[in-house]
Amino acid sequence: MISMNKTYKLLAEIVGEQYVSNKKEELYIYSQDPGMMEPHKPDYVVMPKTTQEIQRIVKIANDEKIPIVPVGGSLSLSGLVIPHRGGIALDLKRMDRVLEVNEKSRYVVVEGGVTQGKLKAYLERHHPNLRHSIPDAPPSATVVGNIVIHGQGRLTQQYGFNSDMVTGLEVVLPTGEVCKIGSSSVSPYWFSIAPLPDLAGLFLGWFGTTGVITKLGLRLYPKKEMRDIEMFVVEDPTLVPDVIHRVTHTEMTEDIFIAAQPYPLVFKDIIMIGICITGDSEEEIEFKRRMIWDALRTHIESKEGGFMMLTPDIKRELLEMPTTGTTRFADVMKGGGFEYCGPIIPVEKYPEAYKKLLEFSSKYGITYGSAGRVIGRSHCMMFSFGYPFNRADPDNIERTEKALHDSNVASLDIGGVPWKPEVPAQKMIMERMDKNTLELMKRMKKLLDPNGIMNPGNWEAE
Amino acid sequence: MQAYAQQIHRCFRCGYCKFPSDYTDFNCPSYSRFRLETYSTGGRLWLIWAWLKKEIEWSEHFAEILFSCATCRNCVEQCPMKFSDDIVDWIVAARSDMVEKGLVLPHIRDFLNNVSKHGNPWGTARSKRDAWAEGIGRCKPGDEYLFYVGCVGSYEERGQRMARSLAELLGKAGVSFGILGTEEDCDGNEVYTLGETGLFEELAKKNVQKFKELGVKKVVTLSPHAYNSMKNKYPRFGAFEVSHYTQLLSEIIQQGKVELSELKAKVTYHDPCFLGRYNGVYDIPREILKSIPGIELTEMKRIRENSFCCGGGSGNFVTDLLGGSEENPSRTRVREAHETGAEILVVACPSCMMILDDAVKDEGLEGEMTVKDITELMKESSK
Repeated sequence: MISMNKTYKLLAEIVGEQYVSNKKEELYIYSQDPGMMEPHKPDYVVMPKTTQEIQRIVKIANDEKIPIVPVGGSLSLSGLVIPHRGGIALDLKRMDRVLEVNEKSRYVVVEGGVTQGKLKAYLERHHPNLRHSIPDAPPSATVVGNIVIHGQGRLTQQYGFNSDMVTGLEVVLPTGEVCKIGSSSVSPYWFSIAPLPDLAGLFLGWFGTTGVITKLGLRLYPKKEMRDIEMFVVEDPTLVPDVIHRVTHTEMTEDIFIAAQPYPLVFKDIIMIGICITGDSEEEIEFKRRMIWDALRTHIESKEGGFMMLTPDIKRELLEMPTTGTTRFADVMKGGGFEYCGPIIPVEKYPEAYKKLLEFSSKYGITYGSAGRVIGRSHCMMFSFGYPFNRADPDNIERTEKALHDSNVASLDIGGVPWKPEVPAQKMIMERMDKNTLELMKRMKKLLDPNGIMNPGNWEAE
Repeated sequence: MQAYAQQIHRCFRCGYCKFPSDYTDFNCPSYSRFRLETYSTGGRLWLIWAWLKKEIEWSEHFAEILFSCATCRNCVEQCPMKFSDDIVDWIVAARSDMVEKGLVLPHIRDFLNNVSKHGNPWGTARSKRDAWAEGIGRCKPGDEYLFYVGCVGSYEERGQRMARSLAELLGKAGVSFGILGTEEDCDGNEVYTLGETGLFEELAKKNVQKFKELGVKKVVTLSPHAYNSMKNKYPRFGAFEVSHYTQLLSEIIQQGKVELSELKAKVTYHDPCFLGRYNGVYDIPREILKSIPGIELTEMKRIRENSFCCGGGSGNFVTDLLGGSEENPSRTRVREAHETGAEILVVACPSCMMILDDAVKDEGLEGEMTVKDITELMKESSK
């Protein structure tokens, strides 16, 4: 085994001295994310610029059995980039080029560290008729990071998880080989994963435990001239699945999100269903609006629900991409943090999940906010058990941790699966997982990463 | 500092502070330069909080991270949180804490000592402060304006050229003004942002006292940095009217006191942080440029509230904590200016002038693009 000093020198030779650090300040910052998971320091922070540099780093790490944690925006809040066993925090954000946009086949190829913000700005500037599915995370979240956690975005109700929009990958395998996935493996074009065997699944949802994604092909979609939003409000959570079902039946919507929060008091005990629509003309918007109103007429006439008046300012805020509202949730307690368990659940389970959220909030004396999103045409949804916490208040943190734990348990109990689960929730999932499935996961992991260097601690079965 | 200790943990480290409002590129000069999370505003605030909690100890590297912030206020502009206005104050307060404890880097210490002893950050003799000003009168009772030149305008060659151009323009326009010459002292803007609040107060009091003795009612500054401190920090020490030179030149143009002839050039304008984000002066410099016949103003990608700082703020034009790389913010900014096809990168700040002029050379763009100040362009046009 080579010494740490020697390892540092080798890394510095690869990326240049200014892009490697083993100083305590960098190790401190890269030991944590803004969520609640226990920090753990890496031994080095490294910022590569090219796939070849990553390949060289991975080869050294594999030979020397040094853990590697690929780092994007560090914004999962579930500690997925915390280096539980030390090693190299591989910050990918210098790989920030948008490599190609294919206008006609509507896809983009980006490097592994391109941020959501940069891709949005790039498309607006160079391809104003195209868009990608922007998540609610801040603009500093990376596109690849969002894919790796099966993120969702503004186009998820129409086209599924953002990871369903992947058209190709370039991956550095834990043993150092560079591998292309999808059409780009046999063609100069990055249009699709199909019709080849779906090897992308070996990397999506694995949180960087099976390789480093260095390039990503992603579907782009038509960008309509106008966007608008309607807000449907109900008091009874049991109505939410039906509202979603009716609205998705129209196939007229861009995005559907479901929000619930106790503050300000005007929002207490109501559930808000945000229905976004797009169009190339006022006529198109009006037509879609009318279809949605018609779909919900029964609920309006029975006075079980109704549309809320939205001022232009509120509309602007609700339509913002990315939305700053999600980030501002962290300042509700003036405490700089929020944590959430966001299971993917069957839509009909919304009422149960909502009831549990209120129960945990009351049980632990903490406030809450829930921002769910419909995935596909009501094929499932993300429900967030969201809890703002005060980073400076240990008691508040402890209560929030307990609520988070209970939320994970409840998510599984109602038939959901925690999304981007933190390590303890991963363990809960694996405990309930079909044994053969778990065994298959283990075999895949062992095959790809024989020395267990990639983001160890995550998806690790006992 | 302890007043902020109750607030600083509110930063979520979301990263909005790294960007301009359209997310085109990273807009925090130190993050853009180093790309390590520690050099982003969020990283810096988390490190300060860790230091307050005694989770990390002071080190030279920590000080480098803290003092490499150019206090450009991009973070203040972009942060979506309610506390956003306080961010730079938190950083300055942490610096202040370090300065009080004597925990500063040698070049920061030298900067502050030089200002304290010699009235300028380089330690050049006070007697040389007016070396640029042959033939320019000293401020006397009855002058309408005190022309406050500042350290860069007094000692640095490109700054001196700006100062001479402005003096000439004011003379042509018939404005009665005078300078302080060797009696001038540092305005203290950088001293304040570097955290030496005691020295800043001393300088501010001394300057205000001098202004009072001379019966100064109106001050025009060459530097937006001096304008900022005199406008926003000096009022508690004494009242006087202060304007940045672009504001005065704009009035002069409107009053028809200078005649501007054709000057054919394609130019782009760099917003100085202490004029723009700190004081909201965005239109006046552009209006002046548009009033010069023949000038074609083309804008860079990042302008006004979203302008990308040259990296010279908070003493970095001397301490150079952001230098030494192609990713130096001034070089990045020069490349951005060059992309517009402009032949002149126009500035309105002697610190920006100094640092961007060097960056043009570092980028090998001499012959393709020059850096000029608004006073220089106006002077050329008014011949």
